[in-house]
This record gives sequence, C-alpha cells and structure tokens, in this order.
Amino acid sequence: MTINALKLERFKSFEFIMGALLVGGIGFAVLFSGWLFPDGASGVNLAMRLTPPMADGSFPLGTDPLGRDVLARVIIGGEISLKVGFYSALGAVVLGIVMGLLSGYYGGVIDMIVMRFADVQLALPFILLAITFIAVIGGGLSNMIILLIVSQWVQYARLVRGSVLSLKDREFILSAQAIGVRDWRILFQHLLPNLLGPVIVLMTLNVANNILLESSLTFLGLGVDPVIPSWGGMLAEGRTYLQTAWWVSVFPGVAILLTVLGLNLLGDWLRDTLDPTGRTSR
Amino acid sequence: MSSTPPLLSVQSLDIAFGSHRVVKDLSFDLHAGQTLAIVGESGSGKSMTSLATMGLVHYLNATIAKGRILYRRTSDSAPLELTALSDKEMRRIRGKEISMIFQEPMTSLNPVYTVGDQITEVLRLHGDYSRATAREEALRLLRLVRLADAESLLKRYPHQLSGGMRQRVMIAMALACKPKVLVADEPTTALDVTIQAQILAIIKDLQKELGMAVIFITHDMGVVAEVADHVVVMRNGEKVEEADVATLFAAPQKPYTQALLAAVPTLGSMQGEALPRAEPLIIFDGEKVVTQGEATLQDTVQVQQTPVVSVRNLVTRFDIHKGFFGGVSHRVHAVENVSFDIQPGETLALVGESGSGKSTIGRTIQQLQKSTSGDIVFSGKPVAEMSRAEKMTLRQQVQYIFQDPFASLDPRKTVGFSIAEPIRTHRLMGDERRIKQRVGELLERVGLSPEHGERYPHEFSGGQRQRICIARALASKPKLIIADEALSALDVSIQAQIIHLMMQLQREEGLAYLFISHDMAVVEKMSHRVAVLHLGQIVEMGPRQRVFDAPQHAYTKKLLSAVPVADPHHRREHLLLEGDIPSPIRRVGDEPTVYPLDEITAGHFVSRNGASLRS
Repeated sequence: MTINALKLERFKSFEFIMGALLVGGIGFAVLFSGWLFPDGASGVNLAMRLTPPMADGSFPLGTDPLGRDVLARVIIGGEISLKVGFYSALGAVVLGIVMGLLSGYYGGVIDMIVMRFADVQLALPFILLAITFIAVIGGGLSNMIILLIVSQWVQYARLVRGSVLSLKDREFILSAQAIGVRDWRILFQHLLPNLLGPVIVLMTLNVANNILLESSLTFLGLGVDPVIPSWGGMLAEGRTYLQTAWWVSVFPGVAILLTVLGLNLLGDWLRDTLDPTGRTSR
Repeated sequence: MSSTPPLLSVQSLDIAFGSHRVVKDLSFDLHAGQTLAIVGESGSGKSMTSLATMGLVHYLNATIAKGRILYRRTSDSAPLELTALSDKEMRRIRGKEISMIFQEPMTSLNPVYTVGDQITEVLRLHGDYSRATAREEALRLLRLVRLADAESLLKRYPHQLSGGMRQRVMIAMALACKPKVLVADEPTTALDVTIQAQILAIIKDLQKELGMAVIFITHDMGVVAEVADHVVVMRNGEKVEEADVATLFAAPQKPYTQALLAAVPTLGSMQGEALPRAEPLIIFDGEKVVTQGEATLQDTVQVQQTPVVSVRNLVTRFDIHKGFFGGVSHRVHAVENVSFDIQPGETLALVGESGSGKSTIGRTIQQLQKSTSGDIVFSGKPVAEMSRAEKMTLRQQVQYIFQDPFASLDPRKTVGFSIAEPIRTHRLMGDERRIKQRVGELLERVGLSPEHGERYPHEFSGGQRQRICIARALASKPKLIIADEALSALDVSIQAQIIHLMMQLQREEGLAYLFISHDMAVVEKMSHRVAVLHLGQIVEMGPRQRVFDAPQHAYTKKLLSAVPVADPHHRREHLLLEGDIPSPIRRVGDEPTVYPLDEITAGHFVSRNGASLRS
C-alpha cells in the first residue's frame, strides 16, 4: 500500500466523519451567526415569552423568559463558549506538555520547582483562586481564559511527567541518546508522540468542563458581560424554569453535548491515527 | 515403559484463538517418572500446550477445539478426561495432582504476602492441615529445595529474595501437594547460568525422590540435553519430531530439527582454534535444510594500530539514597577499576552474571552513564577532556545495540526514520534523496529490502527488528559497536543468522565489537578476546582460546561448568554450585578490595583473588 492510499484511508473512519460533521457544523454556524441572525439575540419581546418550540414559526426552538429567540441565542452564545472551551484547553495543554516534558526528562531542580508549584495549585480550591484572580487582575474574556489555563495546566503536566518517567528508561529513548540526538528532538520527536494519546483524551474532556465553568465564572462576575449569551449562562438561567419551560436550558445543553461528542470522536480518531500499531489492524 | 499405560496422554489436541490454530493435532504420552521436554522457538505453541494440561487455556481466551488430554491417577485406574472436566473439578486437580512453575519468578509470587503465608495457603487449600502442621510442612518443603535458613525465610517477603531463591520457593509451592506431574514452563530462562544449574539439579533430584513426571518446556537445547528423557520438537503449533533424547541429538530425522540443532552454539566447539570462525549458515527453508556461505576465519584484528577505545581504571558507582534525609547510605559498586583496550576489527567479549557490571561498562563508554573515576580514551584523547563537538564524534563512531529489539525502536516512527536518525543527527548527508537511498542500502546490507523503510517496528519479527537496529548502528559508519546482550532475546536459528551477519560486517567494514553477553557458547563462537567480570572487577582476561580452553580463575571455571552443553552424553553428574550471586551493593565506607591482575602468559591476565572465591 502506498503512503497516499494510507493517508486517504485514515479519513475514512466513522469517528472522523461524525466528529468533523458535528464540530464543523457547530463551528460553521457559530462563525456565521452574525449573518444568520443580523438582529442579534437581544431582541426582548415579552409578549412572546416562553413560547414552546415549534409553536411559532419564527421561533423554532421557542423563546426564553424575556421572549428572546432560543435558536439565535444558542448559536450566538456558542462564540463565547467555544472560545473559552478551546483556548483554555489549548493553552493548558501546551503549557502542561512543555512543563511536564521538562520536569520529567531533566528531573532535579526543574522537576522540584514545577511539581511543588503543581502541588500548591492542586491544594488551592478553584473558587478561591478565581476570586483572588478577579480581585487582583479583574474580569473579562481573556482573563477568564488565563485563569482556566493557570488552573488546569497542572493536570497535563502531571500526566505528561508520569509518562515521560516511564518512557525515558525505555531502550528507544536510550538508543536515541546513544546516537547523540539532541534533547529537544528526543523531547518533541520521540517522547511527545508516544504520550499524546491520554493527553488528547483529557483535553476533550476538559473542553466540555470549561464550557460549563465559564457560566459559574460569569456568575462570579469574572466572565464577559452577562447580557452576552453563552451556553453555560443559558443553562444556568433556564434552571428556574425547568419544570415549565424545559427548552430554555435543554437546547444549550444539547449544543454542549454535541460539541463534546464531536470532539471526543475527533480525539479518538486522532489518537488512533497517531498510533501506527492500530492502523494496520483495521 | 510402554508396558504401563501413560500417566498423561495428549491426543490429537487442537488449541485455537478464534479461528487461528496455535496448536495443531498434537499427541504425546508422559509416563510416570519421566522427563519430557517440549522444545520449540517462539510461536511454536509449546507454552499453550503446557497451559492446556493445567486446564488454563480458557483464561487466555483460547479454546480447545479438538482432541483430549487423559490423566491416570494410578496405572490401573480409569483415565480422567481433563478437557471434559468442569472448572471446579479441574481446580481440584490443578496444584494437587498436576502442578506448574512459570518462567518469571519475579512476578509469580504475590508481593504483599510472606513466603510462609503463600506456601501454607497452598497446603491448606488442598490438604488437611492445621496452621501448625502446615508450617512444619512448609519448612520441610523449603529444605527440600535446598534453601538454607528456612525458618527465617518463612517470614520474608518475595522482594527480599533473589531470583534463584524465588524460583526455588515457586518449586516448593508446586511440590506442596506431592503432584504426580510437574509442568515447568521455561523455569530457568530468566536466571543466570550458575543459578540455572542449581535449579535444574534440584528439579532432577526431586523428580528421583518423589517419582514425579516432569514436562519441561524450553527453547534451550542445552537444557534439554541436560534434563530430558524424551523430547518433542514443535514448530508453528505442530509436532515436528519426537524421540528419546540420545536419539534426537545423535540422529535428528526431520530437516527442521537438524537445522535447529545445527544453530545451537555449543560450548567447547571452538576448542583448539585460535581465531573465531564464521560458520556456514544452516537454515530450514520450510522443506529442507539449506547451507549458506562457507566457513571463514575471522582474522580481522589489527594489532599494530592504536586501539579504538582504551578504558583505564574505570570506576562507576551509583549512590543509593535512603532514610528520612535522603543521605547516601549505600553504593552500588557496578564497575571497579576496569582497564582494557579494543583494537580495530576486534571482538572483545565481556561476560559475567547479573550485577557483574558488564552493561554499565558499555553504557559508560557510550556516555549514557557518568563514570566515578578513571579514563575512557578514544582516538588518543580522554573523554573527560573532550569538547562538545568531539563528544558528538564519539557518539557517531561508537554505536550501541540493545538487548530488546522490541523496545529499542520508537514505535511511532517508521523504520526508515529511525535508521536515518544517526545520519541526520551527525549531518553526514544533507540531501533527503541521498539519505533515503542510503537507508535503502543499509536495509539491504542487513538482509532486508529498501521498501521496509516505510513500515513501522511492530510490523517486523524480533529477528528483523534486531537487523534494523544493526542497520541503524551502521548508518553513522561507526568504528565500534557495543552489543549489549544483543542476541539474548532471539531464537537460536535467528541468533545464528545475526551472529553470521555481525561477523560478515566485521570482515567487510573492519568493525570492532564490544560484545556484552552472559551466553558463554555464543561468546566462544564470536570473540577474539574475553574479559570475565565478577562484582565489577575483571577476574580473568585474555585470548578466547586461553580463557575457554585453560581457564585459570575459579570464577571462570565455575561459570563455564554451569553452562548446559547441548549433548546428552556430556551430562554433568552433580556439579553442585552452591550459593547465590553476591550483591555489588555495599555500605558507604565499606569499599571492596580491588585485586591486581597478573599476566600469566602473553595477554592472559588473572586476578589474584582466585583463592578467596568460593569454588
């Protein structure tokens, strides 16, 4: 089999197609939300408050307690949620991988500093950290993302460090050292690909978690202006109406669910494609 | 023997994983008091057969597709069909009537229970013992397997015992209920030769004392010749040949057996020869025996030139941190005052048992390990005084091959990438096309084809992977290759091919090898000079012929006498080798005595501590 045929083959998997459809579809809708809903999602219409889905042609997913279109709010709200979810997870992964690789591979003083810092980080309750953070730096979208990165890189660093410790005594790492391969190549060409699997899984889980955390942080006043919709925020808002108007919170929930499902599928696919041992067995 | 019905009879047995048959139509009989050896290379189905007699195959998700295993408690009782028994009934036979010992004594004991707890558990499970009588019996069993100080041993945990002691505990447990059949699956493969000799002697003695029948699973023809009465040779799940041991070794009938026996390196085969000799390869091609190449003398040593590497008074120690404040309380004295030279084109073998420091020497030369003191001189310059660039050159000209070909290639990189890595690292070529071409050439050099470069390591067999590792080592055009137990993980027929390849490369490229091995027979075949290590010190060093034909040091003699010889007529009558391998770990301040070497004939050095060693 030639390399090209192999490459095409890799994309013909259920995980990739479903995952790409879900994440791509949601991403596409969110990206073009301004064009889809030129009026935005802030059009208050108390006369139409809590309209059930499909009851009125112009509100296919119903309206919220202020009579705003749930569909428009879900799509426009995706922007904040996806930004927070992705950027924070990505930032935490990059920082965590670099710190984990360095501390696991070199050990000694670097390891001690990174790991003691990680212990402190883990001992600190998240809410306490968040409140301190707001008090010192203030709120806003980018600050929220920074906060999430700061609180989550530790998980990745520990995961990566653990894998490095078990991998670095394996003979293929020793033999790379014996050849004289430079350290950064050993770190990023040999160690990183071999430990990426669990990191990807953890990351897909964290994206979902962060989308939800955004709403609690917004509640604390750290997030964006509460008027701007987000999935987490809508979930929280709809909670009081759950008995009478389920659609207010269920649809943003479905949006989160589909995004996470899509990401998980893509994550599994990525993990499997990166692993040459799994490729031929399919 | 044929007059009495067999104790255990395997009849046209088929074992399968799904539709994949791993054992095909296998039949053999085991008589009371007999030792039956099942030999074969990896994938021959020998271990599956042993598990089947224990009724354990379904735990591995395999099934017995066909055939039966009959077991007779006494010669006149009706046979019991083991394959038809329920799990519950089988459990009553397993351990009590048919017992098993496994290859890995390190993992087959539970680390959180004492030895005593584990033996008494077996006893009380199968027999009518009280706590006190079980303890008495456990003591008796430990003495039976020649473990001194059995009393204190009962209270110890597995990690406090050496590998040989653990395997003896395993045997004691297997014998706990006086089984009629003992199944031993590679029981000595993970052990050093001297310990292997002890274990084999114990199994043989106990068999005589207790009248057990033993099924001995092994890949080692030397062990077969040592212990077996009757041999079944297996290949790809099928029985190739069955004969009593003398007949099999004297006149193997089937081509596969002939090729297998020809591939076995036999200690003493090079007696009287000054130079190593590359033997023609005898290969079984699936139907018949093919001979490749011809015997060539390995006259490659260039004595006049400066040595590739000189090691001078090398000392390597590791600190062990213990206690609350993490202070150094003990040290591993891995290498103590070792000196030697390697000439271009020469193979110097480092032999010794585990903990003798042979691998540490290799790793220190390769700069994978810092030395405590002493010099490694490379191209006339001590490594300690080298600049970064010179150290890089060292890493280009000295290459390392590891024991495990499965672990020493990055599973996420193509084989081509791995082979090209030394070329890229040392910037030997810039042009990608030429690198690719060179990788192809290297693959052909070691008997593979250029297309293999695009595949991943898991797509190759163990022997092919070791070839790939050799190709990788050749990529940077080295002068010296350190082969650290590079042949130990391979089947004998593959081993013979790799030896052939390494010797061929030595003739053609003028390579020097530092050949680190515990296998004396392979060392005898390959090396020009031999250094015997014991507790980090060289106890004897000299030309191979001198060391093997006329060993001077007690330890060398002991090591050579422990090697099983693949010839049933040379069975050793009880050369009892007592004692464990001593540990190189010592308390801080308790430095070992370094013994000077005396040159007894030209180039043959013997340590002065010869008398102080137990022999």
